[in-house]
Amino acid sequence: MHIIVCVKQVPDAKDVRLDPRTNTLSREGVESIMNPYDRHALEEAVAIKEQLGGKVTVLTMGPPQAESMLREAIACGADEGVLISDRAFAGADTWATSYTLAKAIQTLAPASLILCGKQAIDGDTAQVGPGLACRLELPYATCVQKTRSVSTDSIEVERMMDDGYDVLRLPLPALLTVVKDINEPRVASLKGKMKAKKATCTVLSAADIEADPHNIGLAGSPTQVVRVFSPEARGDRKVFTGTVEEQVAQLVDSLRPYL
Amino acid sequence: MDYFFDETQQMIVETAREITREKILPVRAELDEKNEFPREILHDIAKADLFGIFVPEEYGGLGGGCYEIVLAMEELARGCVGVATSYAASALGIFPVILAGSEEQKEKYLPDIATGSRWAAFGLTEANAGSDASGIRTTAVEDGDSWVLNGTKQWITNGGESEIYTIVALTDPSKGARGASIFVVEDGDPGFSYGKKEDKMGIRSSATRELIMKDCRIPKDRLVGRRGTGFITVMKTLDLSRPGIASLGVGLAQAALDEAVTYAKQRVQFGKPIISFQAVQHMLADMAMQTEAARALVYAAARHIDHHPKDMSKASSMCKVFATDVAMKVTTDAVQVLGGYGYMKEYPVEKMMRDAKILQIYEGTNQIQRNVIGQELNKEYS
Repeated sequence: MHIIVCVKQVPDAKDVRLDPRTNTLSREGVESIMNPYDRHALEEAVAIKEQLGGKVTVLTMGPPQAESMLREAIACGADEGVLISDRAFAGADTWATSYTLAKAIQTLAPASLILCGKQAIDGDTAQVGPGLACRLELPYATCVQKTRSVSTDSIEVERMMDDGYDVLRLPLPALLTVVKDINEPRVASLKGKMKAKKATCTVLSAADIEADPHNIGLAGSPTQVVRVFSPEARGDRKVFTGTVEEQVAQLVDSLRPYL
Repeated sequence: MDYFFDETQQMIVETAREITREKILPVRAELDEKNEFPREILHDIAKADLFGIFVPEEYGGLGGGCYEIVLAMEELARGCVGVATSYAASALGIFPVILAGSEEQKEKYLPDIATGSRWAAFGLTEANAGSDASGIRTTAVEDGDSWVLNGTKQWITNGGESEIYTIVALTDPSKGARGASIFVVEDGDPGFSYGKKEDKMGIRSSATRELIMKDCRIPKDRLVGRRGTGFITVMKTLDLSRPGIASLGVGLAQAALDEAVTYAKQRVQFGKPIISFQAVQHMLADMAMQTEAARALVYAAARHIDHHPKDMSKASSMCKVFATDVAMKVTTDAVQVLGGYGYMKEYPVEKMMRDAKILQIYEGTNQIQRNVIGQELNKEYS
């Protein structure tokens, strides 16, 4: 079984900076880590590979430095790394990113399963996974907390909900986004690290994946960040007292002027 | 200090450090409190290939030497000496097979040890045979195609948790130490069972248990090395394993130093962080010097041993005594620096001080090590 894991290099949450000019996250010179949710997606892929056999490819779109993260993924059990890297991809929003990832996936060996983290800790949109599934016209489940069973033609998973979980069976190929509860990622093994050191990652440009220039990067992104700012501190607070009925009445009265 | 590790050694250090950070630190207090064997962590250590370090490459290991082993153990001990001891015990248990085992025995056991899918343990100590290991009473009698073992081993690390045991037994009781041989006994062998599990002062996550052999019948080919050479193999095994115990001392001392310095920078008394007081600074300085000196001696001894010299015992004993005495001193001083807080279980240094004590006792007491060093000196200057 071929499993593709989409990973993203994100700034370490301890060290986040914004570019004041573009209002996008500044990546250069900031300590980068593999998006924590993606680490769980990778672990799940490697565990499934260990069970069923096959191959795990890690895929990322990012600057050349993102290759170090692909090597880290190989050390943790992935077989191959693919880096989609081109200046033309810069400034992509989730729409352009899912387009780019989909185009790249179409150039790779067909996959039975595509795994993503639930969301990246920098943008926090949780849109790329579902967006990618739609682009590829694949069934998908988000927020997967457990793989119940998997075979070469279907997978049964638990999707985390606010008040419990849904059990879903998806025919393969399919796409899943995972939450942290799904597993405990392993520490990269010594043999994995040695393999990662020698591995060569494939680098794909916009031309390699035959991307339409209008659909990639900042130009292909309908979302333009106009302004990024820290929210103001909270305003006035009011504490209501009395019985529940009295408090509700006071609340309604104080909201009425704004309706 | 920079010891200029090569690339593989650097990888070993980083991998073990990550295991400590990700897998050991979050649960060490709970494992200690509950006296719980760290099975999950050992599986994580196995997945990271660290059990392969001490297994030759031809059997699926990494073929590392004593130096590589001590680097891994030091980092694990920074997290928890109980966990690190459980890891170390598998190395100790399989050394007799690596040193004296037949080709068939190596092929049978070493690949599983390398992947960590089976763990080993070493059965030497008995109720009346501690420092005087020649006082063992366990016997092995030849019977047709089998050996039949009888006796009880005491305080066996990983007892009841491992699948592979190397047991020292007398094949010719009249010859004393020269009549000892080593056997592999496997979990599930007829007549082999586990007795009392000990409730210990420290390293509480490690399992320490009795092994009971009552007419324990094992196949002929479980004899490791030639009959009667058991004690020679035991001595070689301990020469190789003691630097590992020494490195547990280094890792533990380093962990205690880290806690003490961090605390001393935060704790304010008389309007200043206590690290600004000379009395505290001098304690920390001594702790740092002793820890670094212990590390340097352990690394030097490990490198010396990796060149297979004849005089392994002295180097091995010297680093064991020095580093474990340092661990006891530094952990005790760390508790002192933390004062009342150091004595409480909310802070990790009280566990460290409890864990340190065993290092001066097991794998040959520090008094016995000094005997070894003394005897070697006597020989050297004759």
